[in-house]
Formats: sequence, structure tokens, C-alpha cells
Amino acid sequence: MSTATLSDSSVRPTRSVSTGALSGVGVLAVLVGTAVVQLAGGSNPALMVVVAGLAYLVLAPAVVLAVQGRRAAVDRLFTSLAWGSFLLALVPLVSVVALVVKNGAKRFDLDFLTHSMRGIGPRDAHGGAYHAIIGTLQQVGIASLIAIPIGLLAAVYVVEHGRGPLVSAVQFVTDVMTGVPSIVAGLFVFTFWVLALGQGFSGFAAALALAILMLPTVVRTTEVVLALVPDSLREAALALGVPRWKTVVRVVLPTAASGITTGVVLAIARVTGETAPLLLTALNFDSINTNPFQGQQAGLPSYVFAQAGQPQAAALDRAWAGALTLLLLVLLLNLVARLISRRTRLKG
Amino acid sequence: MTAPAAGPAAPTVPEPSHIGGESRRGDRVFFAMTGASGVLLVLTIIGIGIFLVVQAVPALRADTTNFLTTKEFLPEADKPTFGIAVLAFGTILTSLVAMVLAVPVALGVAIFVTQYAPRRLAGLLGGLVDLLAAVPSVVYGLWGIAFLNTHLQAVNKTLNATLGWFPLFGDTGGRYSRSILLASVVLAIMVLPIIAALTREVLLQVPSALSEAALALGATRWEAIRTAVLPPSRPGIVSAVMLGLGRALGETIAVALVLGTTPAITARILGPGGNTIAANIAAKFSEYAQAGRGALIATGLVLFVITFAVNALARVIVIRSARKRLG
Repeated sequence: MSTATLSDSSVRPTRSVSTGALSGVGVLAVLVGTAVVQLAGGSNPALMVVVAGLAYLVLAPAVVLAVQGRRAAVDRLFTSLAWGSFLLALVPLVSVVALVVKNGAKRFDLDFLTHSMRGIGPRDAHGGAYHAIIGTLQQVGIASLIAIPIGLLAAVYVVEHGRGPLVSAVQFVTDVMTGVPSIVAGLFVFTFWVLALGQGFSGFAAALALAILMLPTVVRTTEVVLALVPDSLREAALALGVPRWKTVVRVVLPTAASGITTGVVLAIARVTGETAPLLLTALNFDSINTNPFQGQQAGLPSYVFAQAGQPQAAALDRAWAGALTLLLLVLLLNLVARLISRRTRLKG
Repeated sequence: MTAPAAGPAAPTVPEPSHIGGESRRGDRVFFAMTGASGVLLVLTIIGIGIFLVVQAVPALRADTTNFLTTKEFLPEADKPTFGIAVLAFGTILTSLVAMVLAVPVALGVAIFVTQYAPRRLAGLLGGLVDLLAAVPSVVYGLWGIAFLNTHLQAVNKTLNATLGWFPLFGDTGGRYSRSILLASVVLAIMVLPIIAALTREVLLQVPSALSEAALALGATRWEAIRTAVLPPSRPGIVSAVMLGLGRALGETIAVALVLGTTPAITARILGPGGNTIAANIAAKFSEYAQAGRGALIATGLVLFVITFAVNALARVIVIRSARKRLG
């Protein structure tokens, strides 16, 4: 990069620490890490990596300090810190995915995917997540049917109306709703739907809570994409005598379609993994319940939560397999969203 | 258009008044629908407040002690005694420790992705960190309790042995499992991608001409970031951190799985202690009857107010800085 050479050479044009020298420092840091841990009587590879990383954070600026001076050394320190933060952030991601795949594979099979937990205690082997998968698909499906049209319309209102007290109110509420904890959304549906309206616990109640959590994401992303649609398109349609509502439905929305779809799919992915609202609205259930409007219903996240809370190994194996199913579902949705956004013409 | 330009092969042109009338009716219906959706959104947030208050009040009336200062949480006793002291303290402590852990790394990630990473890879690397946010909280909870807990106990032990004089790392009676620190680490991992993504957007808003000017004047890369990129981004970064804090305060399931619950107020984070408002609701809801659930709703109301305040503050910071820039 040209800027890099510019900044490096501006410090002291004659001498600089080459990449080769820095990788030498890196090798030295690894040796230090291994040596320190072994001298302390340990053999934990993770600990060695940590010590080696810290050694590099000290050694690399020290070498640069000796050759180039203080400013370049500070620069080197912060460059290493930036790289270090990024690598550190990847550690939990790799660890979580690796463990979920490894531990989940034990029970992730056709038996798991096609059986419920009816009549199976925490100690028993077998049992699966079939009932929970049905529940999650229904709950998330209904939540999407509620949240997507309302979210789209609200976003259209904000963008196409421009100004007004309700517009700023909607924008403010969208912001605040993004921050509403999922457990509070669950509590609200419990007080409103279950207690005040006396409708009882059901998959539909869970869907209502999930819809509340989806709405702000749908409104916000749609708003951003709609604002990117050039005004000339709207004006062209209006000049042709097309009514405003038809301009929105036939010109503005299709132009922004892929961007909106990306946002919607990401919103679906987000609520698919939500556990807290399910516990207060659909509770949990061991058997298959294909009617989302009547009675308790399991969901994949609440299934994992219930199994993970048991001390028995068989239950924990089921929890991991459930987590793998859930993770696959969520990552698949994320992948779909990314593929759609890649084809998008309007970039946000 | 009173006289539509009819081309040579123009089809039958409807009466102008007809066009106007139909379109106006269509517009009215359509925009009434969009407006109604907006109103519904506003009503939802008001409804959350109202319904929580309505259900919390009877429970609070039945409470025989001071709700704000009582440590016990026994809403189903003959004389209900419950308070939010332990839960509120636990919620704030776990979140603050999580922020201490997450904020530096998140800022480092954002700076790395926008300033240091090769241009071509920046989007991909940023997306990788975003994936952290895609992992469901229940999966983090399972990972935390079944994997991280074992490994963190050794770390807790070492911290206590070497830095035990520091109040936060004080003696916990030899119990290091399911510690407050474990909950904070899991929370930190969960809010990190949120803060990193928001900060990244803020840093990208800074015109690259600013840092290029600094570089041209002889600044090193870090000096350019410190003097040209970070100062104009400060309000945005503060608001990103606040939004992350809001998320940490309200996180439920991961904490509920990970945290060992003891009804005490302790700042010794290496051992089990306390609980959070959200996790307490998730853990107790199914076992409680009406009175207990009322008490849980009261605590949920407190959580709603806290997170509402934090998020509103984050928004105010952004609006203020935008106004300052314009004025």
C-alpha cells in the first residue's frame, strides 16, 4: 500500500524494520511463549499462544524503537494491537462453532430429527428435536407474516412521507424497540395476550413476541434501502400519471427488493435463535403440537435451553445436537442474506 | 395532465377525472395503511410500558418490604418479601465487567477492519466478526457452561492467587465455578460484534481526506488514526458502546445458563454470586404462580426502564453531535 510506505519512510527515511525482521521477532516470541510456559511447569498450548502474543506485543515495538525511534515504535504497538484484537475476536467464534459441530455430531442424525421427547426422561438416551423444529418453523413463520408487512408499510410511511410528528415518533420508537430486551418482549406478550386477553400460552403468543423483536430490524433496514432509491425514478413514474401508491408498489419497492430481502432474512435469522420470549409465551413442551394457536409448544432454542439445564450426559448430548441444528438454520439464513445482498444494485 | 398526449397508436384514454379520482382513493387507502402501521409501532412500545405497569402494581402492593432495597426474593411466601437490590446489582456488575472486556477489543477490531486490513479483505473480515452476532444466545450459554466454565476456573484461581489484593479478585471461599466473571466473559463475546459493527460504520463516515492529510504531513499510521479519525468519531463510538451496554443489560438466556445463583450482593467476580434481572425472570417464570409472576413483571419493568434510558441516551448523543456538526 502506498500510504504505508509514505508513513513509514516519513519517520526516518534511511532505516526501517523489514517484514522479514518482524517475522523473526514473531518466531522469537513463539519460542519465548513455549519456554515460559514449560519452565512454569505447564503444557497448555492455549497459554503458550497467549504468552507468545504478549511477548510479540513487547518485542516488536522494542526492536522498532531501537532502529527507527519512538514514534515508529508506538505505531508498531498499535498496529499489533489492532491485529491482535481481530484475532482475539475470532477465537470464541472458532471455539463455539468447532465445539458445537464436534459435540453436536454425536446425536445429530435422522433419529434426532424425526423424534420428539415424549416419554423420555433426562437420563434416557434417544429422543429428539422434531417437535421443537416444527414449533420453531411455525413460530418464526407466523412472526414473519406479522412483522414483514407491518414493518414494510411503516418504513414506506417514514420514507415517502418525509416529515411530521408521526414520522419522527416512528423513527424514535424504532430505535428504542431495537434496544428492548427480548425477555421484556416476552413479558409484554404474557401480560397482554395471556393475562389481559386470556388467550393462554401458545406458539402464536411466541410468534407475537418474535414479531415485536423483528419489527425494528425490518423497519430500519427497509428505511435505509428505500432512501437509496433515486428520486428521479419516483418523479418519472409520477410524471407518467402513475398514482403515488402504485409508484411505491411497482417502482420503488421492486428497485429496493434485494436490499429489503437481505434485511428481512437477517431479521428472521435473529429471532430464530431467540429463547427468552419463548419461555414466557409458549413455555416448553415434550410432545409434538402442530397447532400453534392452541396449547404449549416447544421451540428449538427453548429445547436447547431445557436440555442444557439438566446435569445428565444424555441430556447434554441432546442440547449440543439441538444447538447444531439451530446454528445450521441460523447460518443458512445468514448465507442466504449475504448471497441476496451480493446481487443487490443499491448498496447501503 | 388535462390533455394526455395521445400517440398514433394510443389505446382508449380514460377520463382524466377518473384517473384522478381512482388514484386519490388508492393513495388514501395505501397511505392510511402505512400510517396505521406506524401508529401500531408506536402503540406497541406504549403498550409494553402500560401492561407491565398494570401487572406490576398489584405485586408491588402485596410486597411487605421495600422493593428497591430488599435483598430477598420470596414473592410466593405468605407475606411476600421481595426486592430488586441483588438483581439490579448483579445486572449492572456483570454488564460493566463485560464492557471493560469487550470495548477495547471491539474498538481494536473496528480500527483493524477499517484502517489496517487490506481493502479487498475488509468486507470479508468484517463479515466474519458479524457472524459472532449471528450465533444464538442459547448456544453461547451452552458453550459457556459446558466448555468455558471448566477452563475459566483455572484462570479464576490464578487471578485470585496472584492479584487477590484487588477487591474484584477477592477470595470467594474456593468456589470458582459458574462465576460472575464467566457470565461477563460470555456477555462480552456477545456484545463485541455489536459494538464493533456500529463503530466500524462510524469510522467509515470519516472522510479519508482527513487521515490522508495527516499522513502527508508526516504522521505515522497510528498518529493519523489518533489525530484525524478518532476525534470526529467519538460521539458515534460512545453511542455504539451505550447500545452494547443496553444489549448486555438485557441479555437473558446465556446468563441464566451460566451464572450460579446465590442471593447475595458481592463484587468478588471470581466466584458465583448474585443474579441478573433478566436471567432471574427466565429461571423462575415457569415455577412461579400468579403472585411470583407479578413480582417478576415488576423486575422486568425496572429492566425495561433501565434499557430504555440507556438506549435513549445513546440516541441523544448521536443527535446532539449531528446538530453540532451542522450548526
